[in-house]
Amino acid sequence: MTTALAANPSKTAAEKRASNARVRNNRRGSKGGIFLGLLAWVIGIIFVFPVFYMLLTSLHSEFDAATNPPSFFAPLTLDGYREFFGASSGASPWPPLINSATASIVSTIVVILLAIPAAYALSVKPVEKWTDVMFFFLSTKFLPAVAGLLPLYIIAKTIGVLDNINFIVILYTAMNLPIAVWMLRSFLADIPVELFEAASIDGAGLIRTLRSIIVPIISPGIAATALICFIFSWNELLLANTLTSIVAQTAPVFLTSFVTSQGLFLAKVCAAATAVSLPVLIAGFAAQDKLVQGLSLGAVK
Amino acid sequence: MATATATPPDQTAPAPKKTKVPERSFGERWGDKKGWARRVPLLPALAFIVIMTQLPFVATILVSFTNWNANYPDEIKFGTLQNFVTVFTDAGLRQSVFFTILLTVTVVLVSLAFGLGIALLLNRNFIGRGAVRTMMIAPFLVVPVAAALLWKHAMYNPEYGLFNGLLTQVFGASAPQPDWITDFPRLAIMGELIWQWTPFMTLILLAGLQSRPGDVMEAAQVDGANAWQTFANMTMPHMRRYLELAGLLGTIYIIQQFDSVFTLTAGAYGTANLPYTIYQTLYNAQDYGLASAQGVIVVIGTIIIATFALRTVSSLFEEGN
Repeated sequence: MTTALAANPSKTAAEKRASNARVRNNRRGSKGGIFLGLLAWVIGIIFVFPVFYMLLTSLHSEFDAATNPPSFFAPLTLDGYREFFGASSGASPWPPLINSATASIVSTIVVILLAIPAAYALSVKPVEKWTDVMFFFLSTKFLPAVAGLLPLYIIAKTIGVLDNINFIVILYTAMNLPIAVWMLRSFLADIPVELFEAASIDGAGLIRTLRSIIVPIISPGIAATALICFIFSWNELLLANTLTSIVAQTAPVFLTSFVTSQGLFLAKVCAAATAVSLPVLIAGFAAQDKLVQGLSLGAVK
Repeated sequence: MATATATPPDQTAPAPKKTKVPERSFGERWGDKKGWARRVPLLPALAFIVIMTQLPFVATILVSFTNWNANYPDEIKFGTLQNFVTVFTDAGLRQSVFFTILLTVTVVLVSLAFGLGIALLLNRNFIGRGAVRTMMIAPFLVVPVAAALLWKHAMYNPEYGLFNGLLTQVFGASAPQPDWITDFPRLAIMGELIWQWTPFMTLILLAGLQSRPGDVMEAAQVDGANAWQTFANMTMPHMRRYLELAGLLGTIYIIQQFDSVFTLTAGAYGTANLPYTIYQTLYNAQDYGLASAQGVIVVIGTIIIATFALRTVSSLFEEGN
């Protein structure tokens, strides 16, 4: 009896896999199938090509970068990056990069520290009207940043935190907190309630339950949530452009100094774009699946 | 609970009154230690969000009814509707409202259509599927300002941009060499944004396709449904929620789009959308009242769209419960 029960779920899982494979195999191998596979490849290459071209141009000399028709096979050089990081012409990108890293990393940590208890309260021990609370969190994402820009600008000006990275950290925390609560709640909802009941019977308090049960179990979910928050903070332009100028300038704001520059510096522009995008590109490629889940607010599983 | 499940034998008799838990007084609830223990973990996040997002918005609404211009600080008065009248009567501002709608609708619909097609292709079994998927994600991972810079200088530039370079390569020296941004400013912005947002739509829709139950699809095949019938009767109904969710999220982000407009055209050639216009009203004109009214209009527009689509998210949300 026990063996039958144990064997049963795995059998159905195997059956499911087999039926999925059969459906896919039926569509594979025909001439149409090969054509559609090729089509997917062509579309994929078209979409990735500008990114590849950015990387390639950043590795060309300014002379080879600014040619018509394009010289794809010109010799590679790191001059574009030397020019960008060397600050021989214009400001150094290091302070903005450090500001961006600070704003993204610190705000992400604060978001996670605030979101874990909130998500716990909303999933494990639902408070009354918890759906209303969830919708409230979500609704703040429907509130465009521009709608709060002016008061933030006036407040920052009045209390003297214009061009202050700490103010940006606080704003990015507010920007990402709702998403983080949504995502972490969806991860927490998968944990069996018995686990918490057992912890409660054993006399574990809130902090201990969070630290020794919840965090270890949902650590992949926490990593995914942190990644999303980091990317959104790193990419943000409107708030940073309005509320910072020199001292607290972030990397995207620094990039806008290339907006008017002409193609004489095409390799340098591409090196700048690549260098600033690299942290997000690496993080995104490393966690493709988690990215989808997070971007759809943990709703699509 | 018990009354709900136990059906009274005599149906004509009046339904038994639900045993209702008596409403506890505020004092009782305030003193309920267990209740507070449940609420406390939520409070820091909730308080933080209310202070940082709701209060500024309330302030924006209040300021939108003033004629507050930082250049004339002595003339501030509350209770005017002039800012809202200005937004809809000033030709330039009306155009920015119009372009915001046009940009959002075009980018979201085209990216959704491309995204669905590509997701269907990627859902098939072919050699290098993982590699193609990774390539498709790349545009979404480039920092938005960097992507806009890339398109402005490396793609659209009339002299050494990739597009005109490829035209020269294919058609020779006499090939047409359009100045993409000045000749087609709106299409230039839309093209760049569609390139960045199609991957996002693809990813969400692909997740939807992969959650289709395999045995049901097989049953449809056994029953002799052709590809189109399977698509129309089984795939699309299943995908509706995912299409709506992707559309909703795309809309929320595109309606607030600032980076591309700022970088590619700086609002020139009729491409200023509302977020960019607000930035300018605030930054250059220092007209706080008008900027706030514009902000309020963006929010109203977003709420209208979100109200239509929110039901979708709510259904997802209940099933994921």
